[in-house]
Amino acid sequence: MLIKTAPIAPASEITDERLYLRRREFIRVMGRAAAVVAAGSLIPGCSAEPIGADAVGEEGLLASPQTPIPAFKPKVVTTDEKLNTFEEITSYNNFYEFGTGKNDPQQYAGKLKTTPWKVKVDGHCSKPADYDLGDLIRPADLEERIYRLRCVEAWSMVIPWVGVPLASIIKRAEPTSKATFVELTTLQRPSEMPGQQDAILDWPYTEGLRMDEAMHPLTIMAVGLYGKTLMNQNGAPLRLVVPWKYGFKSIKSVVRIRFVDRQPKTAWNVSNPSEYGFFSNVNPEVDHPRWTQASERRIGEFRRRKTLMFNGYADQVASLYAGMDLKRYY
Amino acid sequence: MQRLQKPLVFALCLGPFLWLLGRFLTNNLSVNPIEDITLTTGIWALRFLVLTLAVTPIRRLTGWNKIIQYRRMLGLFAFFYASLHFLTYLVLDQYFDFDAIFADVAKRRFITVGFIAFLSMVPLAITSTKGWIRRLGKRWQVLHRLVYLSAVCGAVHYLWKVKVIAGSPVRYAVAIGVLLAFRLVWRLRSSRGVRRQPAEA
Repeated sequence: MLIKTAPIAPASEITDERLYLRRREFIRVMGRAAAVVAAGSLIPGCSAEPIGADAVGEEGLLASPQTPIPAFKPKVVTTDEKLNTFEEITSYNNFYEFGTGKNDPQQYAGKLKTTPWKVKVDGHCSKPADYDLGDLIRPADLEERIYRLRCVEAWSMVIPWVGVPLASIIKRAEPTSKATFVELTTLQRPSEMPGQQDAILDWPYTEGLRMDEAMHPLTIMAVGLYGKTLMNQNGAPLRLVVPWKYGFKSIKSVVRIRFVDRQPKTAWNVSNPSEYGFFSNVNPEVDHPRWTQASERRIGEFRRRKTLMFNGYADQVASLYAGMDLKRYY
Repeated sequence: MQRLQKPLVFALCLGPFLWLLGRFLTNNLSVNPIEDITLTTGIWALRFLVLTLAVTPIRRLTGWNKIIQYRRMLGLFAFFYASLHFLTYLVLDQYFDFDAIFADVAKRRFITVGFIAFLSMVPLAITSTKGWIRRLGKRWQVLHRLVYLSAVCGAVHYLWKVKVIAGSPVRYAVAIGVLLAFRLVWRLRSSRGVRRQPAEA
């Protein structure tokens, strides 16, 4: 793993794609604008401007998919492995809120409206708050992190995330000494998340980390991918990324971060406790009861490759689990 | 027209394979093509097992006796797709890593039952010819009841494969359960009452 600091990336000049991807919203807004203009012609002094401004407001920038992120520190953590393509990362997803098929998220996630996006930070802390996404994520904290992602289903990818260390968000909230775990919750909105209309999991999806895991410098809250804001199928507009744990720990579309004093319930552990533990660290020596975790298929490769302890981040994180029986605490 | 029917059904049964091949050749599979091929061939093996098992109930409920002439073809297509499914696992997924394969088959119940489903279809495919039917006589029907095992193991294999038991694997298990229930009911009825009709496979 390489760690370096580099100058802030230049502002991207691409804006038309953003407009393209939000074309339906654009049409809606324009329709409303037209109505207002029509009304405005009757009421002198009234203009359609505020509606247009609202659609591309500062908060909207982070919250709408595929918007270029103006500035971030590139490659703060990286690897010399080949990146998976944007197409691979955005067409092959597990996001059961949109269906259990790998392509369901790409197909159905477009309906989810991520503007505005509020995040509640509460629990055992001195500064609980309800944030707009734009206020929660400080642009100066944005970094690119190129991480391996290892799914519990034994496939993997290399993904260039853009995000902020979760630690920076936690510190701002000033957790009290009672806060020993962090619980994160996904949005629950069955009208826009069709998978939630079936009891596939106990909605809303929840995940959790021990405080030291949450504070670890590798743990981030991602808002972007390949330099642009996240697509909905990847957990827009805000998701956790914990690269040394199986992918399902990296909860998507987060609306709540709560400091708690006991190990939180986590969605997959509730669904099937004998197969999915709280820790779920990538571990080639502890098999899933139904399949091996010793090897994985990197998407885009033919032969399986060996899975690495802690997904290759053992040097950074193994000390968190010193003395723990990892077979028992899977 | 009559003579064209069988080739037509054959072509239809081959359709899913050709469709998959087409998607493979034109690079239109998902970004995890091996998984795509595994899933597609497995699903079609199950579908053909369901169709094969449906022949007798359909015949008895509707009196459409001619349907029986397609049973062997449907059964052989189940075996064809199951073989492709197994070969995909052997060659594409594991790439002849026999250590891993032996460990998988022995250790993992979902692979164990899948393997049993496949193995139990082998003798059925072999003895599907007219010669074997003649040679085995009455024992042929008894032997071919093995297909019940193939179907049950196939359904369980699918149920145990998924992370959450819901949707498609449940539908296949229910379909196979219902088709087997027909046989059970008929068996119970014929053993209790009239014994004029011979039991049917």
